[in-house]
Amino acid sequence: MNFLKKILKGDKLTIARVISDVENESNAKILEKIFPYTGKAYHIGITGPPGAGKSTLVNVIAKRLLEKNNKIGIIAVDPTSPFSGGALLGDRIRMTDLALNKNVFIRSMASRGSLGGLARKTIDAALVLDAAGMDYILIETIGVGQVELDIAEVCDTTVVILVPESGDSVQAMKAGLLEIADIIVVNKGDRDGVDRLLMELKFAFELREQKAGWDFPVLKTTATTEAGIDTLVFEIQNHQEYLNKSGRLEKERKAKLMRRINELVGDKIKLHLREKIIQKEELERIIDKVYERKLNPYNIADKIAKKMIKTRN
Amino acid sequence: MDRKIRVLVGKPGLDGHDRGAKVVAAALRDAGMEVIYTGLHQTCESIVEAAIQEDVHIIGLSILSGAHMTIFPKVLSLLEKKQAKAIIVIGGGIIPREDMKKLEKKGVKKLFGPGTPTTEIVHWIRENVGARSGKTRPRKSKKTRSAKKR
Ligand SMILES: Nc1nc2c(ncn2[C@@H]2O[C@H](COP(=O)(O)OP(=O)(O)OP(=O)(O)O)[C@@H](O)[C@H]2O)c(=O)[nH]1
Ligand SMILES: [Mg+2]
Repeated sequence: MNFLKKILKGDKLTIARVISDVENESNAKILEKIFPYTGKAYHIGITGPPGAGKSTLVNVIAKRLLEKNNKIGIIAVDPTSPFSGGALLGDRIRMTDLALNKNVFIRSMASRGSLGGLARKTIDAALVLDAAGMDYILIETIGVGQVELDIAEVCDTTVVILVPESGDSVQAMKAGLLEIADIIVVNKGDRDGVDRLLMELKFAFELREQKAGWDFPVLKTTATTEAGIDTLVFEIQNHQEYLNKSGRLEKERKAKLMRRINELVGDKIKLHLREKIIQKEELERIIDKVYERKLNPYNIADKIAKKMIKTRN
Repeated sequence: MDRKIRVLVGKPGLDGHDRGAKVVAAALRDAGMEVIYTGLHQTCESIVEAAIQEDVHIIGLSILSGAHMTIFPKVLSLLEKKQAKAIIVIGGGIIPREDMKKLEKKGVKKLFGPGTPTTEIVHWIRENVGARSGKTRPRKSKKTRSAKKR
């Protein structure tokens, strides 16, 4: 149990190792032990297209939150190369201001592609940081693809970063980015085309169905000069306060826990199915028949489910 | 799931050339490793801190400024101080042969001269991380590591 004490004390070596264990799924019991000590950290998702300035913004947001005596955990997810399975994780380059701050823990994660479960693993890694006493956890992901959107969705506040170069507001809508945003940021405010994009987004957001009581702010920042950052941090904390006061934080976190449990149950059932209910060879024979259209998948699924329920009794 | 090899590639000191470091970082990625690239002008302290938080197997430092005799020993002693001696330190750059010998005696595991083919570096890392805690480390040995360290 020594390791748990060390995490609770914020020992970085231990936190780092346990995150690896979580990432590699090499110790299933760890999360069970950590879980009772979590639930305190506030999760902020930062997402947007490649190169939008996410890491640079994370750096300055973290600096502001540190000034208010918060402990900050950062998880920066970069894509795994589908060809080699390797990854170049470079988000730290933009966070050198934080490198030696004892109240910051930064972890780079590779998306490890097709094997799935990225959103879950990221959140599990965040649990470790939560237990370690972080007040805020900032999660950076590239806003392309469903998995990344999933991660953003698990956060309490999701900030979507766009830049003029990434296209117009219609493209952001198509990518599903606007739906998940609580706050929209147009970064690189020093570039051409910012004000037009800003206008378009404000318009697009007006069309969006209002979640009771929250006006979606559309903000302009220049991460490199820190212009607009105070307002951004203010709006993040404003959203946090709004969620708290309206009771929505609790409601949404409960809904997420529900989804999480469903997911875990699904995993267990799949495992049980593979190991106990139906042998691989038998399943292959069935698939052959389904392929030849002698059996159908709907009926088979029904039978398997019934068999499963029976064996449990 | 396999434990991926994680490597920190850093560029400590004042010189402003990180082409070599970037080439190595890309080669390691292409070999299937997860490479944390920390960029130019890093202090030894921030490199060691990053290596710990990222739980890497290896730190690879590129030093062209001639400061290798101070930087490598400093990184090693910081790792020791932070109880992270298990992290392997290797390096590359323009380092005279007699200095290489001295550094390897002090605990730098391997130094690659300029122009070393990246395949050689990849191979060395695979061999040496594989033996210690490698990619296909079975669960059991992983647990013993945890148990000992914690
Ligand atoms: N001109 C300008 N450049 C910026 C601004 N914010 C970030 N940048 C630059 O944009 C580049 C990318 O910034 P990052 O913070 O790495 O962007 P990112 O979204 O994290 O990138 P990925 O993680 O690779 O997707 C860097 O060169 C930054 O210095 C800004 O407000 N204005
Ligand atoms: Mg980034």
